[in-house]
Amino acid sequence: MNPTAEPSRRPEWAEDVHRVLTANRVRQVAYVPDAGIARLIVLCGEDPAMVSVSLTSEEEGVALLAGAALGGDRGVLLMQSSGIGNCINMLSLARTCEFPVLMIAAMRGGDGEFNPWQVPMGQAAADALKLMGARVFTVDDPAAAGAIVDAAARTAFETETPAAVLLSQGMIGAKTFEH
Amino acid sequence: MTADTGRQRRETYSLRRREVARKLVANRDGLLVVSGLGQPTWDVTAAGDHPLTFPLWGAMGGAAMVGLGLALARPEHRVLVITGDGEMLMGLGALATLARAGPRNLAVAVLDNESYGETGMQESHTAGATDLAAMARAAGIAAATTVAEEKDVAAAVTRLRRDDGPVFVDFKVRAETLPLVMPPKDGGVLKHRFRQALATAMEYVKD
Repeated sequence: MNPTAEPSRRPEWAEDVHRVLTANRVRQVAYVPDAGIARLIVLCGEDPAMVSVSLTSEEEGVALLAGAALGGDRGVLLMQSSGIGNCINMLSLARTCEFPVLMIAAMRGGDGEFNPWQVPMGQAAADALKLMGARVFTVDDPAAAGAIVDAAARTAFETETPAAVLLSQGMIGAKTFEH
Repeated sequence: MTADTGRQRRETYSLRRREVARKLVANRDGLLVVSGLGQPTWDVTAAGDHPLTFPLWGAMGGAAMVGLGLALARPEHRVLVITGDGEMLMGLGALATLARAGPRNLAVAVLDNESYGETGMQESHTAGATDLAAMARAAGIAAATTVAEEKDVAAAVTRLRRDDGPVFVDFKVRAETLPLVMPPKDGGVLKHRFRQALATAMEYVKD
């Protein structure tokens, strides 16, 4: 099986999340590619009501969403859990100025992980976000993804705070290198 | 040897950062400004504290990306990021991201004194062989130049204010320690006054 060709056990969760982002008037979509959110990135990229911004590193996305919020746009940052570590200091911007930063991260380093190099950041991701004052939501059931992203989006945009949704490996499937 | 050469060079540039900053924001109309932490924020404030300036006190490496988010949100406005060499060096990936996003209304001006001004004037990488405008061009920002002479400043300001973006200019400015001129420090105040001014700024917008 090639995981990049079949990134999710339940691809329809990506459609649910895209609908929720639309309903929350999300326009700017910043991302660093990941297999687990590949379908969602494509859906947002094909949406004429959204502007996708490909990043070289995830902290760029935190700064981008601060600027977006300053100008009245809503946005989301899509990434892999390793990218959460790259965001940490830049989250100071979101906290100090109370900017909404909605993040959706595909988790690595959890149950079934084959790559030990993914484990330290993956295991620390939720706590690291909380230490920086972000609200953290976790999705284990693909059928709940839409509702949980909606709750996180409302939290981020209505209370102007960073909020992260972590998509567990139980939900998106642990990546393997089997071909 | 390298350190001595750099020290001499950075102290001999004829351009003065406060004067360049003043020209960058003169007659600003609907111009939206994001300033990078440290001296660029003091320079822009010395040119006149303004609600449509968002002066960063932190978020080092993020100024250009804050500018990009703002530029995408407000395509009818010109957005000018005014930052320093150290701040730009910390977020070099943003040059590639700006090139790929291609915002026509975004410009980045670097006040490059080849020094970390807030921490004791230690040399930055641009005191050596590192060329920020060349890096911007290599990242895909074709309109990226270095300006070190007074005779070239006016044309550079015009490019930054008017040309299709992204535009990038690295101003080589004299390394000097100047009086601090600080904008409000409260992030919430800076955000709310910016949004409030933006909501009523349509009257300033020119085509």
